[in-house]
Amino acid sequence: MEKNCYAIEFKGITKRFGPVVANDSVDLGLRRGEILALLGENGSGKTTLMNMLAGIYLPDEGSILAEGHPISIRSPKDSFAHGIGMIHQHYKLVDVFTAAENIVLGLENEKKLDMKKANARVREICQRYGFEIDPEKKVYDMSVSEKQTVEIVKVLYRGADILILDEPTAVLTPQETERLFSILRNMREDNKTIVIITHKLNEVMAISDEVAVLRKGKYIGTVKTSETNPQALTDMMVGRSVTLNIDRPLNENQAERLTVKDLSCFDHEHIKKLDKVSFTAMGGEILGVAGIAGSGQKELLEAIAGLCPVAEGSITYYPPEGGADELVGKTPMQIRKQGVSLAFIPEDRLGMGLVGSMGMTGNMMLRSWRRGRSPFVNRKEPQTLANRILRDLEVVTPDVEFPVRKLSGGNVQKVLVGREIASSPNVLMTAYAVRGLDINTSYTIYNLMTEQKMRGAAVIFVGEDLDVLLELCDRILVLCGGRVSGIVDARSATKEEIGLLMTSVGGKEEA
Amino acid sequence: MDEAIKTPLIRLAKRTKSGLSPAAVWLIRLGSILLALLLGCAVVALTGNNPIKAYGTMISGSMGSKVYFQQTVKKAIPLLGCALAIAPCFKMRFWNIGAEGQITAGALAATFVARTLSGKLPALPLLLCMAAAAILGGGLWGLIPGFFKARWNTNETLFTLMMNYIIIGVVAWLQAGPWEARQGRIAQFDAAAQLPRVAGIHCGWIIVLALVLFIHIYMRHTKQGYEIAVIGDSMRTAQYAGMNVGRIMMRTMFLSGAISGLVGFIIVSGANHTLAHDVAGGVGFTSITVAWLSQLNAFAMIAISLMLGILTKGADTLQTVMNIPAAISDIIIGLLLFCMLGCEFFINYKLIFRRRAGKGGAKS
Repeated sequence: MEKNCYAIEFKGITKRFGPVVANDSVDLGLRRGEILALLGENGSGKTTLMNMLAGIYLPDEGSILAEGHPISIRSPKDSFAHGIGMIHQHYKLVDVFTAAENIVLGLENEKKLDMKKANARVREICQRYGFEIDPEKKVYDMSVSEKQTVEIVKVLYRGADILILDEPTAVLTPQETERLFSILRNMREDNKTIVIITHKLNEVMAISDEVAVLRKGKYIGTVKTSETNPQALTDMMVGRSVTLNIDRPLNENQAERLTVKDLSCFDHEHIKKLDKVSFTAMGGEILGVAGIAGSGQKELLEAIAGLCPVAEGSITYYPPEGGADELVGKTPMQIRKQGVSLAFIPEDRLGMGLVGSMGMTGNMMLRSWRRGRSPFVNRKEPQTLANRILRDLEVVTPDVEFPVRKLSGGNVQKVLVGREIASSPNVLMTAYAVRGLDINTSYTIYNLMTEQKMRGAAVIFVGEDLDVLLELCDRILVLCGGRVSGIVDARSATKEEIGLLMTSVGGKEEA
Repeated sequence: MDEAIKTPLIRLAKRTKSGLSPAAVWLIRLGSILLALLLGCAVVALTGNNPIKAYGTMISGSMGSKVYFQQTVKKAIPLLGCALAIAPCFKMRFWNIGAEGQITAGALAATFVARTLSGKLPALPLLLCMAAAAILGGGLWGLIPGFFKARWNTNETLFTLMMNYIIIGVVAWLQAGPWEARQGRIAQFDAAAQLPRVAGIHCGWIIVLALVLFIHIYMRHTKQGYEIAVIGDSMRTAQYAGMNVGRIMMRTMFLSGAISGLVGFIIVSGANHTLAHDVAGGVGFTSITVAWLSQLNAFAMIAISLMLGILTKGADTLQTVMNIPAAISDIIIGLLLFCMLGCEFFINYKLIFRRRAGKGGAKS
């Protein structure tokens, strides 16, 4: 009786990658007409589990049942045949095709491609669930949220009635998230089975009927959303009690540290990435930077660090001792030699901030390798520093010479953050500092940022989770399409306010 | 019920973080060499000869006597020197396949000095001048593609390759034109311009052994070596750390070309005593294999280049003694490289067979 309720059931599913057990005998059931939130920290095996449903991985052990019958999914094609459709975190669309062309791409059962019919069917699906999309619009003209819509319509077009969405809200503004959720609710009314993979608790509470929690590859349990709360879910996710509040003390001693005026930058394809950006970062505060991915966050930080050529404008650094230094037109080495104490934790940790093949010592040397006149490198001091960071930040590594590439994401970030704050910077810039980290490490990072702020550093914190930005920062600068659409007080602003600024609606109205 | 989950017959899985024990790794490598020799047996047998006897001839022909061994070492010297030359480039992930041309450029410069200064200088200063000219010539020939890569991000692989043909063409022209002595050849060097012998072999072997030490220290312990390693890992990281990537690239290419040029000097002054357009004779390419097989470890390069020396010298003997075409030895060398490079795959991955989960690493 109970068994017949499950559209899909996992039984004792185990998946290993080398020595890593990504899923450890997971039992889980998906019900028809329900939205299940699959919750877990990064690396807990959520995506791996669902990839086995999508035909990307094969389970090492265990079985998958559809309506009580064991099935074998050996390829994405098998997966479609069972009515399963997965919307991956990274979209897989052809840029130069229209929405409808992307949707019918790869369908073989029709002898002749009839775009008119396809367009009509796409419109029909859109109407049914409330999607807003023009079937004849090209993908390269689309926003991230529109591309996501195309991906969802694509699986519906193929007749999927079990939909899996992998972190669908990570790239959406609060308003777009709300719209997606109302569509998901429509689908639920239509008796579809929906799985949404996420680690954002407020979304779990808002959309799901049931929550299944994974921790370190193990299935912890499923609870009804109506019978739980964020704190209880976090405890399940982490395995012990954690406090979810970020401490935000006020540093009374604020001083102007970095002033950016009318800054404009172009990328290598001559596309304007920053458009007359102006702001001041104060020593003793955390200035958050919010915005949709690709709104100029990366270019802003790289321009300050001397890594991105500046077309116009000025970046002035005011040392605590007095005076002023212009940073525009200088290389990173010139900036450092001038005594500007600037630390930068880039988004691409292993590709830009660290040397993956070297150990912690070799990575500490990135800041100090040039010191002294000797042609030989000094490994002693970096090694001492590496050992200190290993101890202070509790980095899990066999030893300081073990290649950092082989460390987990959280430990990689600890090495990078540890090195950058070891120089006691006056300006500390971070891009997506907690992306991919578990809750504990995330809070360690937040605390380190606050520590730096209380020490008097100007912290520029580029983030993607608005809830965190609102709790951690003193002020939040919102970027939209390379422009500053507003700077708000983080203590009084709301998420909706920032969401509007992110899509420039607020900015346009004020202008 | 038949629909139980079926996995494919063979699957690949990455080996664990720590991987196999070092002993097992070396066993696999040894096994791959044995496999290659076994396959080589089959090839020799196909030609109608006795494989055991053929291998015996190769070994006695390359190491059987003092003279044979000296000739083997003579073959290994340029391979080792040139592998050391390209090591910094490869560490930087700058694919310099122009060592052939850089050797030729160095040899050309050394020959020019030998021709102009012979009889005017005593032996030692003359040889030093030749070496300096070779270093400069090879270095500049390497610097050109380095400069273009740094300045306009040109493709270094194509560029260095094309540079080979230019310099080889120049030498061919000199050989048949301005520098021709007789029958399209350049005159032999004076005795003063020839490298002296030490222990029966021209003293180039001392130079390349010194280079082993130099490259080892340069790559592991100097700031420049550190810069090269960082750039090889990630160019963005190097820029982030404030390194002037373009300048480092040019410097490294100059160094690489300079060492290749020195190898060119050793070949003309030590072995050939004259210049010809085929002076490099493929050393620039074979040394890529040497560098790769030794995983850029300077000391391992000694062993690998000696091994290739034994194979080529052994093959020469094979041809004269057993009348087996030397091409057979090329086949054996090819098999050897194939198996040695292929075994790295089994060191990093294991095969999982359906049902019975066993390790498939070892070769049979």
